[in-house]
Amino acid sequence: MTDLIELTAADAAARVRAREIEPGELFHAYRERAAANELNAFTWVADGAPEGSPGVDTALGGVPIAVKDLFCTEGVPSQAGSRILEGYRPPYTATVVGKLSAAGAPLLGKTNQDEFAMGSSNENSAFGPVLNPWDRGRVPGGSSGGSAAAVAAGLAPWAIGTDTGGSIRQPASLCGIVGVKPTYGACSRYGMIAFASSLDQAGPLTRNVTDAALLLSQMVGHDPLDSTSLEFPGPIELPRAEDLRGIRLGVPEDLLGGAGIEPGVRSSFEATLALAEGLGAIVEPCRLPHAPHALSAYYLIAPAEASANLARYDGVRYGLRVDGDADLDRMYSHTRAVGFGAEVKRRVMLGTYALSSGYYDAYYGTAQKVRTKIAEDFASAFERFDFVVTPTSPWTAFELGAKTDDPLAMYMNDFCTVPMSLAGIAGISIPSGLSDGLPVGFQLAGPAFSEARLLDAAHALELAIGFDGSVIRR
Amino acid sequence: MLDRAQVLHVARLAKLELDDEEVERMAAELSKVLDHVDRIRELNLDDVPPTSHVVDITSVLREDVPIPCLPREAVLAAAPEPVDGGFGVPSPGASAQ
Repeated sequence: MTDLIELTAADAAARVRAREIEPGELFHAYRERAAANELNAFTWVADGAPEGSPGVDTALGGVPIAVKDLFCTEGVPSQAGSRILEGYRPPYTATVVGKLSAAGAPLLGKTNQDEFAMGSSNENSAFGPVLNPWDRGRVPGGSSGGSAAAVAAGLAPWAIGTDTGGSIRQPASLCGIVGVKPTYGACSRYGMIAFASSLDQAGPLTRNVTDAALLLSQMVGHDPLDSTSLEFPGPIELPRAEDLRGIRLGVPEDLLGGAGIEPGVRSSFEATLALAEGLGAIVEPCRLPHAPHALSAYYLIAPAEASANLARYDGVRYGLRVDGDADLDRMYSHTRAVGFGAEVKRRVMLGTYALSSGYYDAYYGTAQKVRTKIAEDFASAFERFDFVVTPTSPWTAFELGAKTDDPLAMYMNDFCTVPMSLAGIAGISIPSGLSDGLPVGFQLAGPAFSEARLLDAAHALELAIGFDGSVIRR
Repeated sequence: MLDRAQVLHVARLAKLELDDEEVERMAAELSKVLDHVDRIRELNLDDVPPTSHVVDITSVLREDVPIPCLPREAVLAAAPEPVDGGFGVPSPGASAQ
């Protein structure tokens, strides 16, 4: 059994196609580990692969996948970590989940998350926090914390999550795995329970860069059901690069200076830059003068969009209803008071305020102008550099409860990841080593639709770093 | 800075019932966040167009051809109060005025 668990997803798929292992055997091995659920990473686990799952000769070879709870899955609980959707079983399936299933990855289970993807620690889930497998007294990051913990601990071969301001990259960083935030529009958002529609993107969380490339290659593409999705230019091949000759990496010191980066994270970042130079990369400082303002713009834009998206939870069409005997207005406001957790209420309030009459221009309008400047900063950086690199998170996994009383301190988790989200560009986090026994993440960001090049560069770095996450899968 | 009355006003707009303790906490927490995000107002953004969309998308309308939609019973299955093939709601009552 342990042997099966030790295979990367891409290797497992290849072994299935070579008739060396049975997909049912693989599903069973992971199902048993997922169902034990010691980390509270899953909110639902499948009994078996669905009847009529595509056969052995598929791109994803029957290797089962864990899916963040906010992806709608027909007939299966899809609760987005919220009490207001407790027990909700949608009548349809998200496009990305359907594509993966058709490509040969059956649904293993649904993973725990911060409520409506709002959070950086998974402590905002109505179903309890997920524990970090490296230290169960610490958070796995968020909001895709269940997906990240499940992959890191070998409870799932691979997983998908969503990233709005860092919700794939930051938990990947804190759990010592790979996480990709694709270009905005690369993957369909149809059937993803919405948080901030101009920022939300689905992406892979995997043990290594090759698995991420394989999974992403089956996720991308235009979907007639999402008018913001685009045809992906060119195929995503498995990465092969082993060096970084001629690749120019920009280090945005004006962003890093304001991030409050821990010394252990900083030294892992510096060591990775030295490795990159050893592989032939040219590493130089680059300017992103507006990036330090990204967090402020983000915490106006994302809550504003969330306040509009979450208006649909009104106790009428699905989910919770409270005080159904009162009049309509009281039913609405009581349902939302009981159904939403503290962080969701905070962001709905913040967003409603930022959009309210008399404040719209000062807050939302200004934030959207900052967003334009941030995108321009990246565009000029990419004239000189192939990729911009930063630590993914300013710190390693922190203790449960350490930041729950200070929302602003919690928001600082996203300092290095929100600029890319606002610009709509592609980013990846790979593990760069350990600091005091906890994983550190290294982020590479490239222009829109540069995923193939980005994965190649990440692959070369991954080989040189030689991070070994197998210790926590045992 | 947000005061109690502003918090209650925004809560009414957001259709969110808050208890007294939540109103106090919300006023303090939101004020702290707003103090931080206010810094973007110091930037010179006079001639900057606001972002409307991060990637270039032109016409995205599909052909105007009917396609099947979900069966009514599947959609109503999750409703708290299905009534006569539709969604039941309480009377608007006093809040309608």
